[in-house]
Amino acid sequence: MLIKKPEKIPSTEITSESAYLNRRSFGKLLAAGAAMAAFPARAAVPVDELTPEEIVTGYNNFYEFGMDKSDPAEYAHEMTTEPWKVRVTGEAAKTGEFDLEDILRGLEVEERVYRLRCVEAWSMVVPWMGVPLKKVLDQFQPNGNAKYVAFETLKRPSEMRGQRSFFSSIDWPYVEGLRMDEAYHPLTLMVTGVYGKPLPNQNGAPWRLMVPWKYGFKSGKSIVRIHFTRRQPKTTWNLLAPNEYGFYGNVNPNVDHPRWSQATERRLPSSLFNQNRRDTLMFNGYAEEVASLYSGMDLARYY
Amino acid sequence: MAAFKPALAFLLLLPAAWAGYAVWMEVQAPGSLLGADPGEALVLHFGEWALRVVLLALAISSIQRRTGFKQIVRSRRMVGLFAFFYTSLHLFAYVGFLAAFSLAEVFADLTERTYITVGFAAWLILLALSATSTRGWQRRLRRGWKRLHQLVYVAVALALIHFWWLTKDGYAEVVLYTAVFALLMLERLSRQAGSAASALAASSSSRNAADSASAMRSTSGSNRVSLISPK
Ligand code: HEM
Repeated sequence: MLIKKPEKIPSTEITSESAYLNRRSFGKLLAAGAAMAAFPARAAVPVDELTPEEIVTGYNNFYEFGMDKSDPAEYAHEMTTEPWKVRVTGEAAKTGEFDLEDILRGLEVEERVYRLRCVEAWSMVVPWMGVPLKKVLDQFQPNGNAKYVAFETLKRPSEMRGQRSFFSSIDWPYVEGLRMDEAYHPLTLMVTGVYGKPLPNQNGAPWRLMVPWKYGFKSGKSIVRIHFTRRQPKTTWNLLAPNEYGFYGNVNPNVDHPRWSQATERRLPSSLFNQNRRDTLMFNGYAEEVASLYSGMDLARYY
Repeated sequence: MAAFKPALAFLLLLPAAWAGYAVWMEVQAPGSLLGADPGEALVLHFGEWALRVVLLALAISSIQRRTGFKQIVRSRRMVGLFAFFYTSLHLFAYVGFLAAFSLAEVFADLTERTYITVGFAAWLILLALSATSTRGWQRRLRRGWKRLHQLVYVAVALALIHFWWLTKDGYAEVVLYTAVFALLMLERLSRQAGSAASALAASSSSRNAADSASAMRSTSGSNRVSLISPK
C-alpha cells in the first residue's frame, strides 16, 4: 500500500478498494496501529482511503433527478447521453456545436484520485478518470476577453424528473463557472469515468467538471454548454441563496456556511458510532497547489 | 372501538421500531439500511415523524368534530406524547450521531444556526407540554393549563419554520405539511366563527328566555347567570 502525505501528492495517492473494505477488520486495525507506530510523524494526518464504488455511484446530489441522495442512482438512467452535443459560445475563436467525441478525440485520459468535499459537510475520496480542462478549452482558442468560463448542465425535463418538479425553485439549466485561471489550473479536470468505468449517469455522464479544491456544487455535471465570458457568470446556487453560496465556493474550514460548520467533515461511509470525522483542510488539502490563485483576496468575503 | 387506542399506539411505534431495526442492521452490516451517512439518515427519519405525529395530534379534535368519532379524543394525550418522543429521538440522533456528543458543537449550532435554535425552542415547548400533560397538572394549573397547552400551535409553527429554513430546494414536503397545518387552523377558525355566532344567538335567546322567565316568575339575577353560562 502506497501511503503518501495527502497534501503533498493529492492526485496520485491511491489505496486499493480491498484495503479499504478490510478496514474494519481487527487485523487491519492492528496493522494500522503498527503503521502509525512506524511513521509517528504521520499519525496526525488521517490516511485518505477510497470511498467504495457503490457509495460514489449511489450517494449523489444531482437535483435534476430529485432531492434525495438515492434519487440520481434510481432515476438518472432516464437520461440519454448519446449522442452528446456541446455548444461553445462567447469569447473564443472557435464556437459552435461540437460532438463530445470530437472534443475528446486524441486526448489522453488520466486517473486522478481526488478528495470530494460537499458543502453539506460530508466528503469522499474518488478515483476519477478524465482530461485536464485546459486541454479541452485550448481547442476553442478563448480570446483575451475571456475572463470567466461558465458550464451549463443539460436541461431536458422529459428525461430529468427533478426539472419537472413544481416545487423546485431552481431556474434550470444548472450553471456553474470558474475564473479562467482556475479553469486552466492543472488540477481542474473534465471527468469521463470513475472507478475505471465510463461515468454513470448519476455522476454526470457523459462528462462533468471536477474542481477538487472547491465544494462539490461548483463541479457541474452532464455539461452541454461552455460559455467564455468577460463578466462573472451568474451561477445557480449563488442566485438562489447569495449569502450561503458564493461564486468561488472554495473549501475553507474557517468560513462557516450558515447551515453547516465547515470546520470538520464526515468522510463517507460514516457510521453511527464512529462518524469518520476529520478536520477539513484549507482548499480541501490542495492549498499548496492552488492558494496562489487567491493571494491577496479576502476569502471570508469571496467565499 | 375499544381497540382503537392500542391499535393507534402500535402504528405510532412502527417508525421507532423500524429505526431500531435499522440501527441494529447498521451495526451488523454497515450501510445496509441507513446508507452511507447513517447519522444524517436517522436525524431526517425522526424529524419527519416528529412533524407528522405532532400534526396528527392537532388533527384529532378536528377529526372528532368532523366525523363525530368521539373516542379519538381519548388518544390525544398519547399522540402528543408520541410527538414529543419522536422529537426527542430527533434531537438525540442529532446530538449523538451528527454532533458526536460534543456539547461545544451543539452550543455553537444552537447559537449560530437559527434553524436549529428554532427547532430547539419547539422541542422545549413540547417538553413543557408533555411534563404537564397529566390530570394532576391539569387540576393544579386550572385555567392556565389550557392557555399553556395552546402553545402547541407555537411549537408546530416553529417546527415548520425550522423545516422551511433547512430546505434548500424541493419544497414539496414542507409545502404539504404547511398546508395541513393551515387547514387545521382554518378548521378551528371556522368553528370558532361558527360557535361565536351561535353563542351570540344562544346568549340573546337565553336572555330573552330569562327575560320572559323573570317576567313570569321574577327570577333572581343569579338564575339568569346560570341560564347564560352553560356552554
Ligand atoms: C430539538 C431541537 C432540534 C434540533 C437540534 C433539530 C435539528 C435538525 C437537523 C440538524 C436537521 C437536518 C438538517 C439537514 O440535514 O439539512 C433537522 C431536520 C428536520 N427536523 Fe429538526 N431539529 C430540532 C427540532 C425539530 C422539531 C421540534 C421538529 C418537528 C416537530 C423537527 C422536524 C424536522 C424535520 C421535518 C426535518 C427535515 C427532515 C427531512 O428533510 O426529511 N425538528 N432537524
